[in-house]
Amino acid sequence: MSITLEGRARLLGDDVNTDYIIASVRKRETIDPQVLKQYMLETVDPAFAASVQPGDIIVAGRNFGCGSAMEIAVTVPYVAGIRAVIARTFARTYYRNAINNGLIPIECDTGDISEGDRLMMLQILRAGGLVPFFREHRGFRQEIA
Amino acid sequence: MAGKTISEKILSATSDSDARAGDVVVCTLDYALGTDGSTPMAIDYFNEMGGDRVSHPERFAFSLDHYSPPNSSNSARLHDRIRQFALDQGIRTFEVGEGIGLQRMVEIGWCLPGGLVVGADSHSVTFGALNTFGTGIGSSDLAAAMISGQVWLRVPETTKVRLEGELSEGVYPKDIALALVGQLGQEGANYQTLEFHGSAVPTLTIDDRLVVSNLVVEAGAKAGIFMADARTEAYLIGRTDAAYTPVDPDADAHYVREVVIDLSQLGPQLARPHEPDDVVPLSAGAGTRVDMVFIGTCTGGRTRDFHQALEILTAGGGVAPGVVLVVTPASRQVLLDLMLDGSLERFTRMGAVLTTPGCGACCGTAGVIPGDGMTVISTANRNFKARMGNATAQIYLASPASCAAAAVTGMITDPRRSA
Repeated sequence: MSITLEGRARLLGDDVNTDYIIASVRKRETIDPQVLKQYMLETVDPAFAASVQPGDIIVAGRNFGCGSAMEIAVTVPYVAGIRAVIARTFARTYYRNAINNGLIPIECDTGDISEGDRLMMLQILRAGGLVPFFREHRGFRQEIA
Repeated sequence: MAGKTISEKILSATSDSDARAGDVVVCTLDYALGTDGSTPMAIDYFNEMGGDRVSHPERFAFSLDHYSPPNSSNSARLHDRIRQFALDQGIRTFEVGEGIGLQRMVEIGWCLPGGLVVGADSHSVTFGALNTFGTGIGSSDLAAAMISGQVWLRVPETTKVRLEGELSEGVYPKDIALALVGQLGQEGANYQTLEFHGSAVPTLTIDDRLVVSNLVVEAGAKAGIFMADARTEAYLIGRTDAAYTPVDPDADAHYVREVVIDLSQLGPQLARPHEPDDVVPLSAGAGTRVDMVFIGTCTGGRTRDFHQALEILTAGGGVAPGVVLVVTPASRQVLLDLMLDGSLERFTRMGAVLTTPGCGACCGTAGVIPGDGMTVISTANRNFKARMGNATAQIYLASPASCAAAAVTGMITDPRRSA
C-alpha cells in the first residue's frame, strides 16, 4: 500500500517530553483528547494549539516524547489532525504508542526543514514493514516542496 | 554465536523463542500494572478492542496513586471508573493512600528474578532492581495485555554499566543515578537496557538498587537490570512463595557499550532546571535559595530515604524559617515504618507537611503545588518545566540528604558540610 501525506511542518526542538505535549494536571481532569487538544504543547508555546491545522506534521529534533509513557500525548495530536511526526529520534514509549494508535512516527534528519514548509511524503507501508525499515535505515529523506 | 544478555534471556524465555537484540517478539507477562493516569484510557481501548473478560485478572493491578487523594470531582470520577472495572473483572486495586503502584508491586513480591513485569507507567524500569525485566508501556498495550496476557517488545541492545569502588560519606545511590543520567544524557540509552555490574553492586541494598533502576528511564532506557544475589533473596522472603529462577548474562554476551562509574570519585550531584540530565556537582549550585523541599516519590520516598534526610535535619537543627518541607511516603507500608520507628513524630515536630502516600507533588497532580517563581529541591526523578504544576517554578533534583541539607539552611548545601 502506498499513501501520500502532505502537510505543513510545525517545528519543535529536542527532548520535547510528554508532559510538555499534555501536562499531567490537564490529564487529571479528563482523558477526552477533543477537550485536551486546546492545551497541546502549552508549556512550549501557548499559541501552538490554536494554530494547529488538520494535516500539520510535527517536525522535531532528538528524543521526541521522552519522559512519561502517557498515551494521551499521542492521541491528542492525532485528534488535532496531526497524522505524522518526523523526528531525528523518538523516545521508545512514544514510538510504540504512536504505532499502536496509527500516528506515523518517522525517524530522519530534520535539519533542513523550516517552520511552515510544505512536506510531501510518499510512504510505502507494508503490513508492519515501514517502521522496521525506517528504524534500520534511519529514514530516507522526503521531498520538500 | 555470542551468548545472551539478561534481557535477551528473559525475553527469549517469555516469548518461547531465540530472542536477540533487535528482534520484535511477543512475550507472555508475569504481571502488569496500570495507574490512575493510564488505566482509564486502557479501559477505553479494552472496550474498543472488543474486550470482554480479562484473561488473567490475577496478573494485573491498578494503582490509585497519581491523584491520591483526588482533589477534583473529575479525578474522583476517573478513580471510580477504575474501581468499577477492577471489581467487575476481579483485578486488584491499590487504593488511595496505599502508595505508588510501582512500590506496591515490589512490596507484594510480584517482581521476581527472571520475570517479566510491565507497567503503563514509564518508571516500571524500577523492577529491574530485583532482576525482573521491567519496562513502561502505553495504555493500549495494557488493554491488549488484559485481553491476551501478552505484549509486543523489541529486544533491546544492552549497555553494561560497571559500578566500581565505594561511595564516600554523604554520597548516596541517588547521586549514582543522577551521575549516570548526566553522563548518558536524556536519550543516551534510548531503546537499550542498562545492565548493572561491578564490585559496588553487592554493597547496594535493594532500596538502593530501586533508586538506580528507577532513574534509567531518564536516560531513555527500556530497562535497568541488576543480577539477583543474597540481598535479593533476603528481600523476597515473606513477600512471595513462588519459585523463581534468577537470570545472569552469559560470559560472552554482546554489549553495545560499557560505562564505568567510579563511586569513590563521586560527590553529591544536582540536576538543574528543567532537564534531568543537566547534572552538575552539587557544589556548582550551592548557595541557591530554596523555598520548598520535597522528599517522596518512587525514587526518593522509601524508609531509607527518610532516615537519611532525618539524620541531616536533626544534626542541622531542623527546617530553616520560610522553607516548606513536604514529606510524602511512597507507600502506606513506608508510612507505617516511619510511624513505628518515631521518624514521623520527628518530621512533624520539625514542621514538615505530611501528605498522603502516593506520587504526591511529583507531577503536580496531588500534594503541594509550588507558588510562582518558587525554587524547589526534590528527591523526584523529573524536573521538566511545569512538572510540579507551575511553569514558573525552578526544580532541582538531588539525594534525600542533599534535599534535607537545603531544608536546614534554606539554600542548596553540600550535605557533607551541613552536619
